[in-house]
Amino acid sequence: MELLKVQNIEKRFINHLALEDVNVSIPENSIYGLLGPNGAGKTTLIRIINRITAPDKGEIFLKGKPLQPNDVNLIGYLPEERGLYKKMKVGEQALYLAQLKGLSKRDALKRLKFWFEKFEIQPWWDKKVEELSKGMAQKVQFVTTILHEPELLIFDEPFSGFDPINANLLKEEILELKKKGSTIIFSTHNMGSVEELCDHITLINKSKNILEGQIDDIKQKYKSNTYEISYNGDTDKLEKSLNEHYEIVEKSKVNGNNSIKVKLLHQTNENELLSLIIPAVEIISFNEIIPSMNDVFIKVVNEYQS
Amino acid sequence: MNKIKLIILREYLTRIKKKSFIVMTILGPVLFAAMMVVPAWLASMEDTDMKNIAVVDSSGIFINKIPDTDYIKFEYLENKSINEIHKDFSKSDYYAVLQILPSITYEPSAVHLFSDKQTSFSVKSHIASAMEKELKNRKLRAHGIDEEILNSIKSDVSIRTIQWTEDGIKESSTEVAMIVGYASGFLIYFFIFLFGAQVMRGVIEEKTNRIVEIIVSSAKPFQLMMGKIVGIAMVGLTQFLLWILLTTAIITGAKAVFFPDLGTKNAQEVVAQDLFQQQNLAQVEQIQPQELDKVAQIFNSVKSIDFGVIFGSFIFYFLGGYLLYGSLFAAIGSAVDNETDTQQFMLPITIPLILGIFVMMNAIQTPDSPVAFWFSIIPLTSPIVMMVRIPFGVPYWQIALSMGLLVITFLGSVWLAGKIYRTGILMYGKKVNYKEIWKWLRYKS
Repeated sequence: MELLKVQNIEKRFINHLALEDVNVSIPENSIYGLLGPNGAGKTTLIRIINRITAPDKGEIFLKGKPLQPNDVNLIGYLPEERGLYKKMKVGEQALYLAQLKGLSKRDALKRLKFWFEKFEIQPWWDKKVEELSKGMAQKVQFVTTILHEPELLIFDEPFSGFDPINANLLKEEILELKKKGSTIIFSTHNMGSVEELCDHITLINKSKNILEGQIDDIKQKYKSNTYEISYNGDTDKLEKSLNEHYEIVEKSKVNGNNSIKVKLLHQTNENELLSLIIPAVEIISFNEIIPSMNDVFIKVVNEYQS
Repeated sequence: MNKIKLIILREYLTRIKKKSFIVMTILGPVLFAAMMVVPAWLASMEDTDMKNIAVVDSSGIFINKIPDTDYIKFEYLENKSINEIHKDFSKSDYYAVLQILPSITYEPSAVHLFSDKQTSFSVKSHIASAMEKELKNRKLRAHGIDEEILNSIKSDVSIRTIQWTEDGIKESSTEVAMIVGYASGFLIYFFIFLFGAQVMRGVIEEKTNRIVEIIVSSAKPFQLMMGKIVGIAMVGLTQFLLWILLTTAIITGAKAVFFPDLGTKNAQEVVAQDLFQQQNLAQVEQIQPQELDKVAQIFNSVKSIDFGVIFGSFIFYFLGGYLLYGSLFAAIGSAVDNETDTQQFMLPITIPLILGIFVMMNAIQTPDSPVAFWFSIIPLTSPIVMMVRIPFGVPYWQIALSMGLLVITFLGSVWLAGKIYRTGILMYGKKVNYKEIWKWLRYKS
C-alpha cells in the first residue's frame, strides 16, 4: 500500500520544464530516496508535495485521496535551505513552528520538553538562535520538523552541516521514526547514506524520473555479471583456462594475493567459471561485484545523457 | 485562519518587545511635546535684563518719544558725539547707543544702533516700530491732522471666518485647519514609509534567514505575507495610540508646570464661549467683534473641527495607504536577496509618495483646487492629500469615492503582491528585474 502517489506531474517555469510526467509511488513505512543531479527537479517535486507550489498538470494522492490543503499538517519538511529567526528565542520559535503545524500550545510544550531532553538541548531554550552554532540550530530544526509526528517526513539533505557524531544521532533518529511507522522521503547526493537508509529510490534527471524501484532490485538490474576472484598461482595459467565466454576486466595484486575481475559474457554462469579455473589456481575468494548506488547513479545518468 | 492569527501575533509581539519600539514610543511624544511646548515656553521667557540705551538724536525729532518698556530704558543724551560715547562705552552701563541722523525724515536708513554685542531682535523691533509711528504721526500732523483725529482713526481688523453648513453655521479657522491637515497628512506619509519599510525588511530577513521555506510548508505564502502586513499595521496603530496618549499626558503635565495660569484662563474662555454659542449662533451677524479676542477665536475654531471624523479618516487612510504600499513593499522584499538590491524597485513606490507630499503643500493653500481634488481621489496619493483636505471640509461624495477607490486598489495591490511574493521568497541568488517579475505574475500558484 502506498502512502503517497505522484501522478503525471508536470511543472513548467517560463524558461524551462522543471518536471515532466513524473510518477512516483512511495510505499507506506519506507525510506524513499529521491536522487538526481543538481537542478534535476527534486526540490520542485518536494515543494509540490508540500503544496508550496502547484503543478501545472497531474495529481498527488495521500493515502489514496487527493492531497488537501490541510494535509500539510501530516507532513514534516526539513528543507535544504533552512534557517530560523535569528533574534527569536529557541523555545519560543520551536513553539511557534509547532503551532503552525496545527499542534495546540500544550501539546507542543509537552513534546518539545521530551525532545529537548532527549537531545540534551534544554539549556538552549531561552537562548537566541543567533547564539547557536550551525549544528545546534540544525538540531532544533530537526526537532521542529518531527514534533507533530507527521505520517510523511521529507528530509532534503538532512546531514549537511552535521558533524559525524550528530549525523549518526540523526541517522538513528530517522531509523527510529521509520520503526514507529513514519514514511520518509530522503533527498540527498550522499549515496553512502542512501545505501544505509533507503529501501526504495527514484532517480530524477532532467525533469523526468528515469529509474524507480527497490534498491536491491536496482542493484541486481545494474550488476554487470562481473566476479572478483583472488587466488594463489600463475595468472597466465588462469587466463589460458578461460574461453571466449569470459572477459578479463582487471588484473591486480592485493596484499600479496593475485586478484582478477572477470565478466561473464553469455551462455555461461559462475559455476562454469569456477569449474574452469579451479584446476588452474588456488582460489582464496570468489565474489560477485554488486554495483554501489554511486556506480548506478553515474551509470544511469550518463547513459541517459548520451 | 488560525495560522494567520499565529503569524500576526508573532509579528506583533516580537516587534513591540523590541527595544527600538519602546524607545521610539517614549521618545516620539517627548519630541512632539517638545515641538509644541518649547517654542511657547521660549516665547514666554521674556528677556528680563535691564537694558539702558543711550540715544543721540541729532534730528531732534525723537527726544522722549520712544517709550520705555519694563526692561528697556532710553536715555537721551544731548550734546554728546557718538565717538565720545564709544570711548567710554565699555565703562558705561549702556546696552547700546542709538544714533539718529537728521536725514531720518527722508532716508529710512539714517538710524544706527551701536553696541559691543549682538543687539537683540526685540530691542531692534521695539525701536523701529516706535520710530515709524512717530514719523507717521509727524507727517500727518504736517498735513494738518491733529492729535485727536489721529487717535480716533486707529483701527483694528480681525476677520472671523464662518462657514455655512447644512446644520447652520460654524466658526472656522484656516490656520487651525492647515495645522491639523498638515500634521495628519505628514504623519500618514511618515507611517507608510516607516512601517512599509519594516514589512520589506521583515520579508528580506525571512528570506536571508532561510526560514521562509519552513514556514510556507506549514502556512500558505499569502498567509505569511498578510500576517506580516497586518501584524506590522497593528504595531503602527499601537504606536500611534500610545503616542497620542503620551503626548496628551506630557502636554497637559508641561502646561501645568510651565503655565499654571493658562489652564484657568482657557477654562474661563470656554465657559464664555459656550454661553456665547448658545445665545447667538443663529444670529451671528449681531456678534460684537470685541467680545472675541484672538485666542478665544482660535480656541473656538479648534472646537469646530470634528476630531472624531479626522481621527476616523486618519485610521482609514493610514490602513488603506499602508496596505496598498505595504503589500508592494512586501513584494519588493520577496524579489531581492538583500536590502541594497531594493533600490531599483523602490523608485516607483517612492515617487507617488513624494508627489503626494508636494501636492499636500499646495492643497494646504487651496484645498479645493483641481490638483488637490484629483490627487485626493487617485489612490496612490489620496491617503496623504485627502487627509490634508478633510479639516477644511470635503463633500461626502468625494470622500466616499476616494475611500472606495483606495479599497479597490489595495485589494488589487495585495493580490498582485501575493503573486510576486510566493515566487520571490523561494528564489535565491538571482538578479531579478521587472521582466522577471512580470513572468512570475503568470505562474500558477
